[in-house]
Amino acid sequence: MTREEMMALIGNRLGFERRGEAARRRLAEARLARPPIHLLPAIACGGGAECVAGFVERVRAHGSDVLELSNIAELPSRIATYLATGGFDLRLAAGCDRRLLDLKWAAAPLELQHGCAVPCRVALSHAFAGVAETGTLVLLSGPDNPGLLAFLPEIHLVAIARESVVASYEEALARVRLASSGTRQLPRALNLVSGASRTGDIGGRIVMGAHGPRRLAVFLYG
Amino acid sequence: MIEEPSNFTERSFRALADQGLQAALAGLPGGLVKQRSMAKARLPEFEAMRVVARDIRDHTIANLDAYLDVFAERAMAAGSHVHWARDGLEARAIILEICKAAGARLVTKGKSMVSEEIALNDHLVAAGIEVVETDLGEYIVQLRGERPSHIIAPAIHLTEPQVEAEFRRKHAHLPIDRRFADAADLVAEARAVLREKFLAADVGITGANFLVAETGSVVLVTNEGNGDLTAQLPRVHIALASIDKVVPTLEDTAALLRVLARSGTGQDITAYTSYLTGPRHQRDPDGPLASHIVILDNGRSNLLASEFRDALRCIRCGACMNHCPVYNAIGGHAYGGVYAGPIGAVLTPAFSGIAAAHDLPSASTLCGRCEDVCPVKIPLPKLLRRWREAGFAAGATPSRRRLALWAWAYVAKRPKLYRVVTRLAVAALSALGGTRGAFGYLPFAGAWTRSRDFPAPPGRTFQQLFAEQLRRVTR
Repeated sequence: MTREEMMALIGNRLGFERRGEAARRRLAEARLARPPIHLLPAIACGGGAECVAGFVERVRAHGSDVLELSNIAELPSRIATYLATGGFDLRLAAGCDRRLLDLKWAAAPLELQHGCAVPCRVALSHAFAGVAETGTLVLLSGPDNPGLLAFLPEIHLVAIARESVVASYEEALARVRLASSGTRQLPRALNLVSGASRTGDIGGRIVMGAHGPRRLAVFLYG
Repeated sequence: MIEEPSNFTERSFRALADQGLQAALAGLPGGLVKQRSMAKARLPEFEAMRVVARDIRDHTIANLDAYLDVFAERAMAAGSHVHWARDGLEARAIILEICKAAGARLVTKGKSMVSEEIALNDHLVAAGIEVVETDLGEYIVQLRGERPSHIIAPAIHLTEPQVEAEFRRKHAHLPIDRRFADAADLVAEARAVLREKFLAADVGITGANFLVAETGSVVLVTNEGNGDLTAQLPRVHIALASIDKVVPTLEDTAALLRVLARSGTGQDITAYTSYLTGPRHQRDPDGPLASHIVILDNGRSNLLASEFRDALRCIRCGACMNHCPVYNAIGGHAYGGVYAGPIGAVLTPAFSGIAAAHDLPSASTLCGRCEDVCPVKIPLPKLLRRWREAGFAAGATPSRRRLALWAWAYVAKRPKLYRVVTRLAVAALSALGGTRGAFGYLPFAGAWTRSRDFPAPPGRTFQQLFAEQLRRVTR
């Protein structure tokens, strides 16, 4: 069926209400132009150090590691230690994010493959934001941070700046909206990541690493 | 595949006698139910959040055409192709056409209950396309030739040993001496098999948890990450969504996410929530080259102008099933439709007609737990009662039940007669109950008395006792 037919079908069924089609359209456009912010729980309010502390606590609560850095320059050495301690590959894949590429990887010593989502066991992304209310990372896909880096590897490492941690989903989504207002379009993939891949589909027991990463490690800097 | 009885009563009897099923269902109250109550305790404002979620859904449904139209506009502006389907026939044809045009030989699928509604897999397989379900639970039920028995835990009717047996049967590459120590071993086996499929797939088909009108995005909610590997790896992504999935703004999705996982799995949020907007951008190193969104009605528009409209609020969390004493006793397959539990008992009669599904609305004690836990406050018991009335009015109720109802109504509508009949009945039962005050056997209630005694009434009716009390008080 065509779009017009579907609209007519639904419009007819809604027709018993007083509001006509034009009125419904106006109502919808008003809401889209100025999205109402709904009642927020206390856990999704506030800011500053308290907000970052809540974020760290809740990332750990869903079984992920959090490593706190004073400066992004520490990232390569901290990652090298983290990977070596876990007995993992010292090779990792990343996109073209300059904040990551400009760091001194060879000295770590680590091999950084960049540019696309090459098959890899370990991948590194830079998060756009963090959400304290549930310890959630906000990742935006693109050449800087290919979307599949969050799903293909066994270990996913994510760098995030302290200042980009906000209290609520609403604040994070509003920032995404602002950042993409130039193109008037969201990135192809906006991924909210809250812990590593898991499943409870066999006998109700939670097992990590269903299809995506078995482990998620967050490197919080700044 | 085992032939299923067409009748709900027979399927329920079979479910109650199925020891594997009963063992699997025994974990529900301590698992998902307990997790939800813990998640609720962690969020003191949870009840207020349910009101917010309900209002968002009501507002959207009341303006459904407007929001769908804006969604289509913006999804197309983002580069997606939007298709409209009246029913399963149209949706299957559209999807097969896209797969053929893409030269698809292997299709991976994310979890989609709407695709179950339209029996999509059978249709694609008949056209020579290999279809692989990638949600682990869905993969297991696909191997067994079954349907999902729960909307968020498709294989909840199976125990770990049953899954192991299935893998040994179907994974021909497994050496005979390969040991599976636990669920983690089985997950690792499935991961290895399915990773190959993810990488080789030509087309990925997913459902959609939400369609965001503001941005033209498809939102996928998973814990495994299979939805993203299905949607983001192959050349073509097709999202299949029903018309009720649209949500106005990003803020509205946030409010719904706050109650979705907490109600379903008892997580504060699932591991992955993805907003997918259009195909790969020019400089993107990954993502599908083409993005299609198929929007399906399949009977939902009929609900808009009906007394069952509130059912369209549903965000498919599964809480009503987890908390339903009937679902807990018989599992999902006994319901016979695509959707099980209380919401299934409301939706199936709407989709298949009350004549075919008249038993489902009666498969409820109307205890009200489903409504208490529903994140969007669907008045499920009320809707079930309405279906019972509709079934009776349509003559779908079996004649024995109709006769009993007629007899009861005849007496109940005549107060004098009612008083006489109940007095006689109560006095007779009391006398028959004797000194023991209970019955070891009752005609028509053999199933009850087989495992417990039925207490005998005290000899006088409620109305008699009430009148006596009233006299005492006024004196």
